[in-house]
Amino acid sequence: MPRQTFVLNGKTVTLNVHDDVRVLWVLRDLLGVTGPKYGCGINVCKACTSHVNGRAFNPCSVRVGDLKKTDEVTTIEGLADTVDGDLHPMQQAWLDRDVAQCGYCQPGQIMAAVALVRKVRREHRSITDADLDGIRNICRCGTYTRIREAIEQGARRM
Amino acid sequence: MPRDLDTVPAGVARRSFLGYVVAGTTLVAAADLGLGRPAPAAAVPGVPQPAEVYDLNDMLTEAAMPTANLITVTVHEDGTASFALPRMEVGQGITTSTAMLIAEELELPLEKVRVTLADARPELLFNQLTGGSNTTISTYTPIRVAAAVAKAALLEAAAIQLGDTVEVLRAKAGVISAPGGARLTYGELARAAARRTPRAVEVRLKDPSAFRVVGTGRPRVDARDAVTGRKKYATDLKVKGALPTMVCRAPTLNGTPKRLRNKKRILAMPGVRNVAVVDTGVAVRARTFGQCIDAIRAMKVDWEDGPVAGLSDADIVKELRAAELPLPALSDSIGDLLGDNPLAQTVEVDTLFYFRSNSAMDTNSAVADVRRDRATIWAGLKSPITAQERIAQELGMSVDAVKVHVVQAGGSFGRRLFFDGALEAAKISQAMGKPVKLMWHRADDARVGRGHPMSTSKVRAVHAGGQVLAFQQTHTSVETDFRHGLGEIVTATAASLPTGLGNLGFSETVFELTQEVPYDFGVISQTLTETDDRFNTGSMRNIYSPDVRTAGELTVDRLAEAMGQDPYEFRRANLRNDRVIAVLDAVAKAGDWGRRMPRGTAQGIAIHKEYKGCSACLVEIDNRPRQTGRDIRDGVGGPRVTKVVFAIDVGLVVNPRGLEAQMQGGINDGIALALTSSMHLRDGHFLEASWDNYFYTRQWNTPPEVEVIVMPSDSGQPGGAGEAGVAATFAAVACAYARATGTTPAYFPVNHRDRLEFKPKPYVPPVPPSPTNGLKLTY
Repeated sequence: MPRQTFVLNGKTVTLNVHDDVRVLWVLRDLLGVTGPKYGCGINVCKACTSHVNGRAFNPCSVRVGDLKKTDEVTTIEGLADTVDGDLHPMQQAWLDRDVAQCGYCQPGQIMAAVALVRKVRREHRSITDADLDGIRNICRCGTYTRIREAIEQGARRM
Repeated sequence: MPRDLDTVPAGVARRSFLGYVVAGTTLVAAADLGLGRPAPAAAVPGVPQPAEVYDLNDMLTEAAMPTANLITVTVHEDGTASFALPRMEVGQGITTSTAMLIAEELELPLEKVRVTLADARPELLFNQLTGGSNTTISTYTPIRVAAAVAKAALLEAAAIQLGDTVEVLRAKAGVISAPGGARLTYGELARAAARRTPRAVEVRLKDPSAFRVVGTGRPRVDARDAVTGRKKYATDLKVKGALPTMVCRAPTLNGTPKRLRNKKRILAMPGVRNVAVVDTGVAVRARTFGQCIDAIRAMKVDWEDGPVAGLSDADIVKELRAAELPLPALSDSIGDLLGDNPLAQTVEVDTLFYFRSNSAMDTNSAVADVRRDRATIWAGLKSPITAQERIAQELGMSVDAVKVHVVQAGGSFGRRLFFDGALEAAKISQAMGKPVKLMWHRADDARVGRGHPMSTSKVRAVHAGGQVLAFQQTHTSVETDFRHGLGEIVTATAASLPTGLGNLGFSETVFELTQEVPYDFGVISQTLTETDDRFNTGSMRNIYSPDVRTAGELTVDRLAEAMGQDPYEFRRANLRNDRVIAVLDAVAKAGDWGRRMPRGTAQGIAIHKEYKGCSACLVEIDNRPRQTGRDIRDGVGGPRVTKVVFAIDVGLVVNPRGLEAQMQGGINDGIALALTSSMHLRDGHFLEASWDNYFYTRQWNTPPEVEVIVMPSDSGQPGGAGEAGVAATFAAVACAYARATGTTPAYFPVNHRDRLEFKPKPYVPPVPPSPTNGLKLTY
């Protein structure tokens, strides 16, 4: 079985698994990192949203064999380590707005929100309603209103 | 079962209750729910409908009474208190509100109260069912009594140690202090307050005017775990040997497997460990779920067709139409009145509601470890006792050989009243002789999972001289499955009696106990007919009310129009309940009802009364081409609800912040039901297989402006919240859409007959492959 190596939440991990197993299952089933959730397996619900090299991606749709040794994967578990303090400002905003209901989609929502803020920064602009409308992460509890409020707060403190 | 409205049941008007200190090594306090029955609905003028006097929540609460003394609060030596809640947390916030009740009565900081979910406890009989938004209504008093008993025991123990009398001691923030300044913490007293033999204690509950926790907005107790990824759901559990397991299902709805033709090849695939044919399909257990998906896609299976093979939406609509009962004849007196009145006019509304999926984000999933003589199950279960008893039956074991742990779940919306995943996992584990972690693929959860049955609702209202004389509604539905009973095997079996008659008894009871037309509309009748038990249905959030109330409120708008009255003023003039008028007024004022709006946009307003509370919703909708013409990849735009003002009166509010959250969620459900979310039955299967087919409200559909008004209340009793946001929103959006387009919609959601916005995924194999292009789509 091929040997796979990549960087996960700041640490290099190596394991034996076939190239075509999607990263979501490597994280969840083999490494026990369960923050990224399964909601569809076809990159439409976005519950597994995590970061690769600082940008949002969906590990359900990436083969582990396609990750390079130096690729840095960050899941919700590693998000706070990318900043000073116990929590990332976006996580704090989520707490302040008490966004979560069942909580299942929220790790993916937060990771998507952080990536969105970084993206608009790269584009030298601030978040618009159209950006918020464009977020594809589903929340079946319907926490959208508070997600929008939290992203605006989190963005101010990022 | 009308109840004498003048009689206040024992225990309601007073704050003194009997509880118990139970034997234990540390302090364990228990409550006697028998004294805690809530007041019945207030008396109303006119002829009350059954639900006004005795509703579903009264039934659930009374069913829970005889065993509630087994509910216990424990105080530990570390100064914390714990409570195993015999209900299910699926996002509705009951672990938080329960912790608040305990913190309040026990005088302990909220963060020192730990609320977990109780394992299945068959001795609780009817007292372990989560449904009907009943949790807070039925547990509000007993949980407080148990906490108050604990506090009383701590005070007594402190009095002995400090040499003072209980009366002069003060309990606050987990510390008991004496006038002289001596202090003892709850932790220090936990053992001393414990008893070797049980003892009855009479306690007085706090007067609500003294509440410092209850009624204040508190964040969820599990919020930090949720935002850090630490919160665990069934598929996150690490159970030794429980490898990922999935099921290959039939191409037609509820089809069954005959045989797997290429078992050897499947077993030789990477990661695959076991394969077993069970009654629902062919199960595969592998090192990863990805390898289960690959195996399912490679399976060659012979299938027996399911019971609706070949049928489509139109066939079921035809069947419902044939089952519809004629509207009952008006009584003689009204008939005479109409006969004498040439101006009497009739308004008729006939609405069709298509199938909808309740699909929670966390699919049907469970961990099962079945051995020769015992079994352990972990799953999100709202009726864990029924699950335990049914699983024991299925495995051929005694009930006490099956241990069922209740795990928090990622949403329910009614789905987890059933235990489809847990039962299937148990069968697979038994068949394979291995522990399994079963997860349904989203495609299965969407196509084969439970949902809201298709239904029709016909309303006929007669008015003359500016008055409504009669309002008649007949609701006809594909069967709503209530075979989970009241949470244990006896009623579940009663509901499962052959020919569907047992289930019909439940349907009729639930309908009768929940539906109500709170207007002075003369002769009011509402009837339910159910037909066809071949679909996978259940009590989707708010059960009958979203459909029934939407047809009802559309009729109210038509009546107002026929009489040349404003929809708000007309409702106001005809409502017969002050609380409903108050919520209606609140949204009309905050939402600026009647403001001038551009063509193609409109306001809608509607009310709903249920769960010992009431709600009103005002929405604004934009149906102009620039909205409806939005091009959204793998999604639908359609008309946009641009603003929602929602007022909710649940009586006593435990956690206004949590209540607001539940209303926000219900609002998005109501919008989905009205505009975008449905299942298309074509040729024996549902087309929708994932979130790019099934259009639940998304960020591009959600209203940019949402205001929730929590009504002040001097009521001493809490009402239900979990489902209370759906019906009024659905109705208000429907009314707004009708006003924006000038036409009352004949069916919902309004986009159901539009050109399909997606290409249906194949049925063989039944699950789609995971894409591989994720690194090209980063942002």
